[in-house]
Amino acid sequence: MSVTRSAMRGVGELLITIGVVLLLFLAYQLWWTNLEADRAQGRIADQIREDWRNGPRQPTDGSVGPVDFGRGFAFLRIPRLGKHFDVPVVQGTGDAELAEGVGHYVGTAIPGQVGNFAVAGHRATHGEPFAYLDQVKVGDALYVETARHWYTYVVDKTFLVDPTDVWVIDPVPGKPKATPTKRLITLTTCDPRWGHTHRLIIEGHLMEARFRFDGHPPLRERA
Amino acid sequence: MIYPWIWRNLPGNTWVRAAISLVAFLIMVLFLFTVVFPWAEGVLPFLDVTVSNSQGAAAP
Repeated sequence: MSVTRSAMRGVGELLITIGVVLLLFLAYQLWWTNLEADRAQGRIADQIREDWRNGPRQPTDGSVGPVDFGRGFAFLRIPRLGKHFDVPVVQGTGDAELAEGVGHYVGTAIPGQVGNFAVAGHRATHGEPFAYLDQVKVGDALYVETARHWYTYVVDKTFLVDPTDVWVIDPVPGKPKATPTKRLITLTTCDPRWGHTHRLIIEGHLMEARFRFDGHPPLRERA
Repeated sequence: MIYPWIWRNLPGNTWVRAAISLVAFLIMVLFLFTVVFPWAEGVLPFLDVTVSNSQGAAAP
């Protein structure tokens, strides 16, 4: 066999190998990470319900206490994203936490508290809870279920910012020194869905808080 | 040409070679899924969903 022919075959083999690896990577991203995230979310959901049953360190005001990093402590429901949209909220916004649900920015308010309850979630792969967050509209309802409460937030604004615009998770967004008086919620995810040039931000305020033993709120798309 | 070379040097008859090749392929897939791809996706932008002061690696 000639040297050229042999070299050509070698190149062919290499190209086929690269092709197979790329296809496998697609399978990993589009299928495997979601499968893993599903399992992880199930585990975290069990952990949260277990914690609630055992009644861990609960402050007397009934809010959630300081939460350990990587631990789930609430559920976020967005009826606009589906009747069964119910994701665990995990403390921390690292890759590990975001693969288990949506991640709570450490140091921001807890659900129902005065300040800004800020949460990040994946837009694509790893469970992609916020894949269709762009469909959430002003006036939509966001529900947060904690150990003792159901909180109903109403969306006030949806907008895009740059990835470094950390002011959106300030207690008073854009005013880092101001003392908060409102109870806000902020959701962040990447935009466009498969890119990272911007962040999609959903901001809302607390409309209603009720005790869990009074039953859950109506869970409507519109608040 | 690496694949024909591997095939020629595997022991046993065709079936044994095919079985060994399959297992070797699956081990490679496992390695890709558990080590290479998790690293590769960190380099890709899909995981950047937080707002953060530091650009890049620190922003998941």
